[in-house]
Amino acid sequence: MESDAAIAAYARRFSDPDARARGRGPALPPDLARLEAEAIHILREVAASFRTPVMLYSIGKDSTVMLHLALKAFWPSLPPFPLLHVDSLWEFAAMGSFRDTLRDALGIDIRVHVNEEGAARGINPFVHGSALHTEVMRTTGLLQALTDGGFDAAIGGGRRDEEKSRAKERIFSFRDAHQGWDPRRQRPEFWRTYNTRVGPGESMRVFPISNWTELDVWRYIEAETIPVVPLYFADVRPTVIRDDVLLMVDDDRLPLQPGETPMMRRIRFRTLGCYPLTGAVESEAETLADIVAEMADTRTSERQGRVIDRDGDGSMEQKKRQGYF
Amino acid sequence: MATALNRDGVLRLITCGSVDDGKSTLIGRLLYDSQAIMDDTLNTLATDSRKHGTTGGEIDYALLLDGLEAEREQGITIDVAWRFFATPRRRFIIADTPGHEQYTRNMATGASTADLAIILVDASKGLLPQTRRHSFIASLMGIGHIVLAVNKMDLVGFDEARFRAIVAEYTTIAERLGFAGFTAIPMAARAGLNLASPAAEMAWYDGPTLIAHLESIELAATDASGPLRFPVQWVNRPDAHFRGYAGTIVAGQVKPGDPIVTARSGKASKVARIVTVDGDLAGAGPEAAVTLVLEDEIDISRGDMLVSPESRPAVAQQFAADLIWLDEDALKPGRSYLLKSGPLTTPASVTLLKHRIDITTLDERPARTLAMNEIGLANLETTAPLLFDPYTDCRDTGGFILIDRYTNNTVGAGMIRHALRRASNIHLQPMTVTQAQRSALNGHQPAVIWFTGLSGSGKSTIANLVEARLAALSCHTYALDGDNVRHGLNRDLGFTDADRVENIRRIGEVAKLMADAGLIVTCSFISPFRSEREMARALVGADRFIEVFVDTPLEVCQSRDPKGLYAKAASGELRNFTGIDSPYEAPEAPQLHIKTQEMSEADAAEAIITWLRARDIIG
Repeated sequence: MESDAAIAAYARRFSDPDARARGRGPALPPDLARLEAEAIHILREVAASFRTPVMLYSIGKDSTVMLHLALKAFWPSLPPFPLLHVDSLWEFAAMGSFRDTLRDALGIDIRVHVNEEGAARGINPFVHGSALHTEVMRTTGLLQALTDGGFDAAIGGGRRDEEKSRAKERIFSFRDAHQGWDPRRQRPEFWRTYNTRVGPGESMRVFPISNWTELDVWRYIEAETIPVVPLYFADVRPTVIRDDVLLMVDDDRLPLQPGETPMMRRIRFRTLGCYPLTGAVESEAETLADIVAEMADTRTSERQGRVIDRDGDGSMEQKKRQGYF
Repeated sequence: MATALNRDGVLRLITCGSVDDGKSTLIGRLLYDSQAIMDDTLNTLATDSRKHGTTGGEIDYALLLDGLEAEREQGITIDVAWRFFATPRRRFIIADTPGHEQYTRNMATGASTADLAIILVDASKGLLPQTRRHSFIASLMGIGHIVLAVNKMDLVGFDEARFRAIVAEYTTIAERLGFAGFTAIPMAARAGLNLASPAAEMAWYDGPTLIAHLESIELAATDASGPLRFPVQWVNRPDAHFRGYAGTIVAGQVKPGDPIVTARSGKASKVARIVTVDGDLAGAGPEAAVTLVLEDEIDISRGDMLVSPESRPAVAQQFAADLIWLDEDALKPGRSYLLKSGPLTTPASVTLLKHRIDITTLDERPARTLAMNEIGLANLETTAPLLFDPYTDCRDTGGFILIDRYTNNTVGAGMIRHALRRASNIHLQPMTVTQAQRSALNGHQPAVIWFTGLSGSGKSTIANLVEARLAALSCHTYALDGDNVRHGLNRDLGFTDADRVENIRRIGEVAKLMADAGLIVTCSFISPFRSEREMARALVGADRFIEVFVDTPLEVCQSRDPKGLYAKAASGELRNFTGIDSPYEAPEAPQLHIKTQEMSEADAAEAIITWLRARDIIG
């Protein structure tokens, strides 16, 4: 597959000295270079300050950029922490294969956690609704995985431009022993001197790409030639439109409503999550350059396609206080 | 395919002012004009403006900066919100800080990373006390570029004379604070006048618009021509053949062949390689996050700093710094906090608070403590040598945070002025007789048994019994208690919170010396604060510190009242008495928890002896 070849070439860049020398493209534009250096500084601070850090890996573009930053920050060592994917069992099929190919090619430790209780109960976004599904399979699953792993720091790909409650998020966001986020206990952050201390059972969520925008992420992916899940590129795919959201029929678990027939449309995704909760956009962007151009002109925000943000005013913030990333 | 945008970098700025000055409107308008606001957000904004707006149905840009639900519910404000916008030339990050109470803490946080401050003034009101306050904090935090934004010019009929008068008045403030200069721009933010495009209404103004100014100032936040400062964050050792030092260059630049020294030990080497995934670099400058390989194997760990041999940072344990207090729990001089400067963390305490600054008048006032949002000048002392430059030379190596050892909160931020002279004259005397030798001679391990509890709880009684038992077992002991300490060593101290901290610090130091001498020391002090007990534990060393909580209910202590102190406290004759009008923070995880209601004093003493035996402290 084309994507597999791209991943193999990418992995060689970290292992094969000749590929490394060739891989050196033109220098990053100054604004991206500054954002990259800031993120690398934060990742190293996590590695040096915590006993058992972990990097959350959702397979999306932001996660894949974070992985790339970690590969650069610690090279020639591999990142000194595992990656963790909380699998909702409703991911796009293309995401699982991307994750496994990337893991094998890079030789990194990606752990996959499923909320088995939720799976046994057959939690399903179509039957139980997006809110319950997300809470059980994502939020609870994440909390289980963090507790089981005894992780004292979890690195996430949150960005301050994503959603209004994120504009006030710290780079090092403190969580109490119940993984709770209390605005009163957040610590002021001066310079780049981060207070990394936590007590027993307490932990930190860390956001190294806080200061990036969606456009920065794409420009960086393009400049650094980072492979991403093919669903980000436009292609003709089977779709239905439901409640103004353009859904892709990724497998036969999508129950068609009376009168609904999947239609082939040229679409791509700006963000990837559970396929029944993730809206596509109609697009002609087939290359990274196309995507960057599309992003530079876009007039809608990235999370517009996310069903869970529509669960009420402040809904993202509530999920965050419950422990969602 | 080349990246279409080639912006020259990221400018970080802070806006200072309140909603009344049009701060939110200014930020909202900057985001709007630079198209940082997407259509779906704008649709919501239009609806919200009709519902909650204060602009009579027109778009209310201030609503873009809506707070969190948690803030509205709890009636609090979170210190800084970060807003992004970009022009084709540059990326911008705005630190948006709420303008009311807690302003000092919030503004200082946002200002710590800012390259530029916009000081907002309402043209119809002129300079206010807060203008001076904002300018002082901007100067303290070392912001290099100041913009005086004279807003709401529409309210004064776009009058040039009014603008000139405000600028003239501000010049005196700028001179007093030592700003190299400032740029004044007349504007009307709501209508977008002089933000992105020049305003015909103010044709008399021939300076740049705000955006043009923000796009054109030098981005040299850190000096590339200065001496190298490379704090080592992480040592990269994948195998025996590679040892690299990972970190961010905070000042100066580096290339292979450059001589360097380690700031702490003064060991010299040369830079062999600057390693990246994509091949070695020929050089790197400020802000670069790199991995350096040296020509020689020298012992370097996190917290050390690689620097230019010809211009080294200060290495000292005592220094003077401006301090901003951030926590509800006020500064306690003498209390041991953790100081973090770059990657280096060391215990530190304030040895002298010289004065507090009244930030409205900028006058110095005498002070014994700093409450939240207060700023003062202090002498500090660290346990390990600190590597630093004056803050005015380098923010990264001159700034530090203070962390409470118990709550782990960030309680203070400091900007170092200079080392204190006596620091360089005190050197640790290396010991020739070791701790292990002393223990072998004594036949037991040293220990500090720390009894904490309310007055009258039975601490001294149990401590006496323990000491008698130890003496019978041929152990070398000494007892410290209020009577032999308060009358001598600490007779200059009273019972305020600050004095209690100093009391315990001195006792901790004495107990440590005695433990170093090989003794088993019993300490009987109310020691009401967890932080001070933690400080004593840290001083003595956790492995030989035994915290014994003598737990007797307050009513029982009051009825015993062996020294008649509770009666005095009840009558108001004695102030700051623990349990009455001063708090007691019970230990959460003491090594031994003695509940005197359930156990006799002799049994308690025996339990402690058993505990010491079980851990091989005594035979």
